[in-house]
Amino acid sequence: MSYDLTLRIWRGDANGGDFREYVVQAEEGQVVLDVVHRAQATVANDLAVRWNCKAGKCGSCSAEVNGYPRLMCMTRLSIFQPGETITITPLRTFPVIRDLVTDVSFNYERARQVPAFTPTAEQPRAPFTMFQPDVERSQEFRKCIECWLCQDTCHVIRDHEENKPAFAGPRFFIRYAELDMHPNDSLDRKKFVQDEQGLGYCNITKCCTDVCPEHIKITDNAIIPMKERVVDTKYDPIVRFLGRRKGTKA
Amino acid sequence: MTATAAPSEERYRSGPRAAISAKTLRKDRWWAEPTITAAVLVSFIAYSTWAAFQNANYYVRPYLSPFYSPCIATVCLHARAGSHIYHAPDVGIVGPWWVISPAIIVLVVPLGFRMTCYYYRKAYYRSIWRSPSACAVAEPHKRYRGESRFPLIVQNVHRYFFYLGLLLNCILTWDAIESYHFASGWGMGFGSLMLTLNALFLWAYSLTCHSCRHIVGGRLKHFSRHPIRFKLWGYISKGNARHMQVAWVSLVFVALTDLYVRLVASGWVHDPRFF
Repeated sequence: MSYDLTLRIWRGDANGGDFREYVVQAEEGQVVLDVVHRAQATVANDLAVRWNCKAGKCGSCSAEVNGYPRLMCMTRLSIFQPGETITITPLRTFPVIRDLVTDVSFNYERARQVPAFTPTAEQPRAPFTMFQPDVERSQEFRKCIECWLCQDTCHVIRDHEENKPAFAGPRFFIRYAELDMHPNDSLDRKKFVQDEQGLGYCNITKCCTDVCPEHIKITDNAIIPMKERVVDTKYDPIVRFLGRRKGTKA
Repeated sequence: MTATAAPSEERYRSGPRAAISAKTLRKDRWWAEPTITAAVLVSFIAYSTWAAFQNANYYVRPYLSPFYSPCIATVCLHARAGSHIYHAPDVGIVGPWWVISPAIIVLVVPLGFRMTCYYYRKAYYRSIWRSPSACAVAEPHKRYRGESRFPLIVQNVHRYFFYLGLLLNCILTWDAIESYHFASGWGMGFGSLMLTLNALFLWAYSLTCHSCRHIVGGRLKHFSRHPIRFKLWGYISKGNARHMQVAWVSLVFVALTDLYVRLVASGWVHDPRFF
């Protein structure tokens, strides 16, 4: 069954822009990306939108739908009220290039700063022998598709552009957690992630977890464990006094 | 550290953002959760402050309000009247110079534990400090440094309050056992049930805490070399997923338990005995 749907899409670039309304035909079972494509094909041929897999695995079509960060390809039209106008904007944390396309190079700058996996002397080269319980913990973080929705929704940089030089963001905290929990990694990144990457800026309000399309428990399984590991080494004199720092590598 | 040198600040600012003036474009009732959270938190703070300063009606044998336990000041010696000799709270560690409510001495532990709890931090940062109120809703503050500077860097003491909280749980468990010890002998009243459930909920809250999860096994790199700690970590992780619910239940129940003891002690309610 098809019906008319009103889309309100932000159109513009770095010099400014505004919302424009388009009425497009939508079909039952479609997702937001489908109707954006319909708009592009019929009434807004020059609409810029980034997309690729249409299956929630490439992380390209991130946008804000009715003000909430989402993958357009994974947002069903059925979650909206019949007759509701759907507002679509680009990610608000990053500089706009045009229409729904933003410049997310901040994230790639941050990615370059992550100290690489450094194998232990015991197993200097792959293939590494690892037990399943050890593998599972970091496998959760490997599900990340780098859609940058967590980075977009994080108020530390969303509401405070000035914090960008000091704060890496939740996507990279799960990367640091993954490496720090890896049994065959020998590099201690805790001081670096606290002092240079701004782990302390996070006030664990869990928006990153709320918007993650891969349902990674970013806050509970990565950020809070990293904060606790930092406490082990920086703020817990008892642990230091007892010489239990080795415990994190146990 | 072998990381690539941090780029200059300019490299993080490659252009202006989309010119959208609205603070949020969310249409759902995003304000409902922070409003309800703030209402419950403020209600609890108001009630517990009133109860803590009232300095009366917190003991009626064999029930002692959890807000006043352990009652370690000489000023609370009247709580001993009629109590059993083994009643742990009745120790006059703090001398007669302490003239205000003895609850103030011990409440710092549960207060500190909950204030620094990772869940409650989310709750009051969102609902009271509005930093942010909800996801993708602009916060009102001009600057933000989070927990990287004083005073919020102090949140890192959470694990110490966790240790002290365990001690407090042991004392409240003892109080729960003592609540079955009536002047006429062993028995069970409705208050016994309240104090027992209160102790159980507080244990559940402590043992599902993120610091507990970390200390028990989360800090390990090799789960496979520590099978028992890994097993325990797994159990705590399951509970940790429900930490928010446990936090609310234990918070409300500790206030209800105090209220019940207060009502019985003041004669407003007759404590029904099961046996």
